[in-house]
Amino acid sequence: MLRTFRLAVCALSAVTALVSTGAVAGESRVPKPAITIENPGKCVAPVDEMRRNHMDMLKHTRDKTLREGVRGMKTSLNGCIECHASKKTGSVLGNENFCQSCHSYAAVSLDCWSCHQPKANFKATGALPAGHDSPTGNASTAGAKQ
Amino acid sequence: MTERNQTEKNSDKSTAARRNFIGAVAAAGGLAAIAPGIHLVQVSQANTPPRPAGEAASKAVRWGMLIDTTKCSSGCNDCVTACATENGINETVKDARQGSQWIRKIDIKEVKTGRSHSLPMMCQHCANPPCVDVCPTGASMKRADGIVLVDRHICIGCRYCMMACPYKARSFVHQPLTDQNPEVPRGQGCVESCTFCVHRIDKGQQPACVETCTKAGHNAMLFGDLNDPNSEIARRVAQVTTTQVRADLKLDLGVRYQGI
Repeated sequence: MLRTFRLAVCALSAVTALVSTGAVAGESRVPKPAITIENPGKCVAPVDEMRRNHMDMLKHTRDKTLREGVRGMKTSLNGCIECHASKKTGSVLGNENFCQSCHSYAAVSLDCWSCHQPKANFKATGALPAGHDSPTGNASTAGAKQ
Repeated sequence: MTERNQTEKNSDKSTAARRNFIGAVAAAGGLAAIAPGIHLVQVSQANTPPRPAGEAASKAVRWGMLIDTTKCSSGCNDCVTACATENGINETVKDARQGSQWIRKIDIKEVKTGRSHSLPMMCQHCANPPCVDVCPTGASMKRADGIVLVDRHICIGCRYCMMACPYKARSFVHQPLTDQNPEVPRGQGCVESCTFCVHRIDKGQQPACVETCTKAGHNAMLFGDLNDPNSEIARRVAQVTTTQVRADLKLDLGVRYQGI
């Protein structure tokens, strides 16, 4: 009798543990990426399409814009940044921000940002590049035709 | 009906005459002000209409630049600074020889007479660009409207184009960058050069160097469509003697110099 009682207690506690972790409710134990999505529901295409095809859209746009000079396409990278940049950090990079959180989760490398600016409304500054202090120092170039 | 056509023709003529008059005033008056801060010279230079969204660059256009070396003074770096600000060139480099130079000022002197000139040198946007010929990946490219660009997406950083360019117009980025202008992506491992501020031209603006040179009152740089006979630059190159640097290479340059 005592044995049966012990078994029942064990079974009950196991079920309680399962319910508390959500396993019984049909949820996966695999963690999801923590993304904060700014301006949800205003994307250029439905979520499913964006998840599957955003890389092709961006690649198509980049080639059209750079090689043919087509501007103002709705799938431009800068358009993504303006809308999806975090309101806290102003960037799409960061562990909880739009691009990086999902790409880290899926272990897909994200090369855009080695050249593109990940912050919305960023204003670049400039400095006189090195070697420009004295223009006379550069006279030995192809421009010195005489 | 005939009368009406006649009237329309006459009004066309008078409009054309008025345009010519305005053009002549702009050319002769130089800095005649039509409103505070707006000068006729600027109006006549603003001949680059923005291309509508979704429209590709046209083959009918050939962007070009005319640099009047008689107005370019030695020691003035306004164009270089404007270029750096516009294109986000702000990195510090370990070795000064590695700094990106999209545009640089050079002083030249004829040895026998002592006559000296100062001029900005940048990508000459050749019609037959050697950098495009030698590029092994097709990253170095010429857009339909004559602007020579690097497609950084497929540039492997081999620097063959830097060797091929007779004008030393290209630079290689040696270190990681973070503070780029959103409209001017640039980064480590790629070759880069003057783009004629392609992002500004597509919006109907002038390149940053030209705008700054004009605003500062130097008026040494003029930008426009060489193929449009009504543009200021096409009229100027038809009137004055202009030189292509290393014309012997027959590269058909987009940048021309006056006074050298």
